[in-house]
Amino acid sequence: MSNLQLDAQGQLRHCLTLEGLPRALLLRILDQSEGFLGVARQAVKKVPLCRGKTVANLFFETSTRTRTTFELAAKRLSADVLTLNIAASSTTKGETLLDTLRNLEAMHVDMFVVRHAESGAAHFIAQHAAPGVSVINAGDGRHAHPTQGLLDMFTIRRHKGDFAPLRVAIVGDILHSRVARSQLAALKTLGVAEVRLVAPRTLLPADPESLGARVCHDLREGVRDVDVVIMLRLQRERMRGALLPSEHEYFQLFGLTEERLATAKPDAIVMHPGPINRGVEMDSQVADGPRSVILEQVSNGIAVRMAVMALCLGTQNQGAAVTAHD
Amino acid sequence: MTETSRLSIRHGRLIDPANGIDGHLDLHLAEGRVLAVGTAPAGFQPDQVLDARGQVVCPGLIDLCARLREPGEEHKGNIASETAAAAAAGITSLCCPPDTWPVIDTPAVAQLITRTAEQAGWARVIPAGALTQGLAGEQLSEMFALRQAGCAVMSQADRPILNTLVLRRALEYAATFGLTVFLRSEDPQLRAQGCAHEGRVATRLGLPGIPEAAETVALARDLALAEQTGARVHLRGISCARALEMLADAHCRGLAVTADVSAHQLILTEDDLEGFNSQCHLYPPLRTLTDRDALRDAVRAGLINAVCSDHQPHEADAKLAPFPSTAPGMAALETLLPLMLRLVAQGVLDLPAAIARLTSAPAAILGLPLGNLASGQMADVCVFDPEAQWRIGPETWRSQGHNTPFRGDLLIGRVTWTLLGGRIVHALRSPS
Repeated sequence: MSNLQLDAQGQLRHCLTLEGLPRALLLRILDQSEGFLGVARQAVKKVPLCRGKTVANLFFETSTRTRTTFELAAKRLSADVLTLNIAASSTTKGETLLDTLRNLEAMHVDMFVVRHAESGAAHFIAQHAAPGVSVINAGDGRHAHPTQGLLDMFTIRRHKGDFAPLRVAIVGDILHSRVARSQLAALKTLGVAEVRLVAPRTLLPADPESLGARVCHDLREGVRDVDVVIMLRLQRERMRGALLPSEHEYFQLFGLTEERLATAKPDAIVMHPGPINRGVEMDSQVADGPRSVILEQVSNGIAVRMAVMALCLGTQNQGAAVTAHD
Repeated sequence: MTETSRLSIRHGRLIDPANGIDGHLDLHLAEGRVLAVGTAPAGFQPDQVLDARGQVVCPGLIDLCARLREPGEEHKGNIASETAAAAAAGITSLCCPPDTWPVIDTPAVAQLITRTAEQAGWARVIPAGALTQGLAGEQLSEMFALRQAGCAVMSQADRPILNTLVLRRALEYAATFGLTVFLRSEDPQLRAQGCAHEGRVATRLGLPGIPEAAETVALARDLALAEQTGARVHLRGISCARALEMLADAHCRGLAVTADVSAHQLILTEDDLEGFNSQCHLYPPLRTLTDRDALRDAVRAGLINAVCSDHQPHEADAKLAPFPSTAPGMAALETLLPLMLRLVAQGVLDLPAAIARLTSAPAAILGLPLGNLASGQMADVCVFDPEAQWRIGPETWRSQGHNTPFRGDLLIGRVTWTLLGGRIVHALRSPS
């Protein structure tokens, strides 16, 4: 998959998954993101890196948060942004997707940011995109959400520095989570000491150990001595699909409370991709507590997405210069 | 197509597993039937001679499962296009599942298919009659009438019967008339929205999985009912090792169920889904290397009797979408023999055994006097060059469906001549 993502010079052309991306490239994205953090603090929150470029946000699945951060990231890079909310049903046919793509290409779009309910959708679009057009995966089915994974890594690095000694727990609906898969891929590449997946068996995929993690069914054990706790969002429809008996029981067993968090390292941070179901995944005390970095993740998300867009559009070198100057 | 009444195939390696023949013997055909093997009868003067030096001569291949898409989905293929592909692949008889539109649940539809196939003249088409009306799993179809109309077997295609009592009654009713029932064991609820084997690769790619248990849970039910009813049951498309253990156990208890596997299940694995390769979106799903190797062992041991193509041609758009949205299945008639020869080259089974899985065994499952070259038998013959190398391309591919993951591969083994009832229906070389 990395061949599709990288050009002949090993530069990022598409960002579809973090799996297979070299460590040096991940670190480069994180480094560049540091530079872009400052843009938000400027009086004029813009850099001219992608002036003249057109970015189309193709959201086949509804999303407010991710769509907004991508839109903002593109605008802060001075790109022209087109946002399309394309209602997608499970019966949406490939030709519709390709037709959409071809029409937008005819408008000379430089980048597609794609959110789709099916795994592999961004990959499919990248395979069929015209030369010179980049694709960023903004979440495809259960497969990947690479920029979310990167912003999580960025957040972890800002708090913890070195990845090597870290123990990280990912808690919740691993089965359906594209975020968890991207986090896992990045954490492995960045060489963390240990990743634990904490969930009931109904929310774990088959062969979870093949993802390179240790599996725990007990939250206390799962977060014991960890440096980072990543809580995942639980979709409410899971209660209806015989995956869980109730929100109440889920919270009793897997909800993060101050008491359970006490088994983690004293300086452990708590993350969540949002939006939070308070009282289901975690209680408000934790969500709003001193160890929560959840809102920081949102801010970091814009900087990281700016870095990824700049890299894919080949403007990163200018980016380094501009941000250094800023 | 060449009309001829007397023909000799000379100097080839004749392999006829049904009659235990493997040797350099000539084959003489007259009036659409096999006249003699070896020495020609005195005074026999062929109109045509096929020089099969360096070639293998065997009964025409019999495919237990090939979708022709007609009636109902002619944009994917039709009887003429797909039987022409069958002829090019050495397949002289093929069984089409009843999931056409309309479903093959009335004699009229069955007759439409056989008549259209006869008119096309490329291959013998044996429709499988629907076990239940509309394949809905509720009301039994008129199985006797369907048999009268040419349906050699009854089948539910890939639409399992949810109501176990209906399945029991269907098997009992079929057994009344000695009809063989093709079942593809699957629990649809356990399959859910799955599109790939539930395992390591689907986990990593985030594809909804189809657990092995979707097959084994249903297989347990199907075997229990086969035993209970005494119906002749043929299990289609076995895909996992655990199912083979259950099948072996059933055989140990004396149950006479037969089974088949698709040729590509003996070659590909879940790893071939890498990069969301929609050409490998298949049903049943490609499973693990362990499963594939167990399937190979079962084919070698004869636990799996027959190998079929499970041909499912699609229009190009059907595979142009994100993986879960693509249509499962591959166009597979023309790769059936080369894939079996690949197994022979890899030492999985010897050539006569491979040919048996494609000829005598499927004929026995269908209960038809096909798949052998004894005197008086139908002159359905496949002559192929076991060394010929080829790649899939416009000049080598006949199916209307181009959906195959083997495009670009070097395929070894190519059919030189196919004879249907003594007529040459495919010729790469001119007869002398």
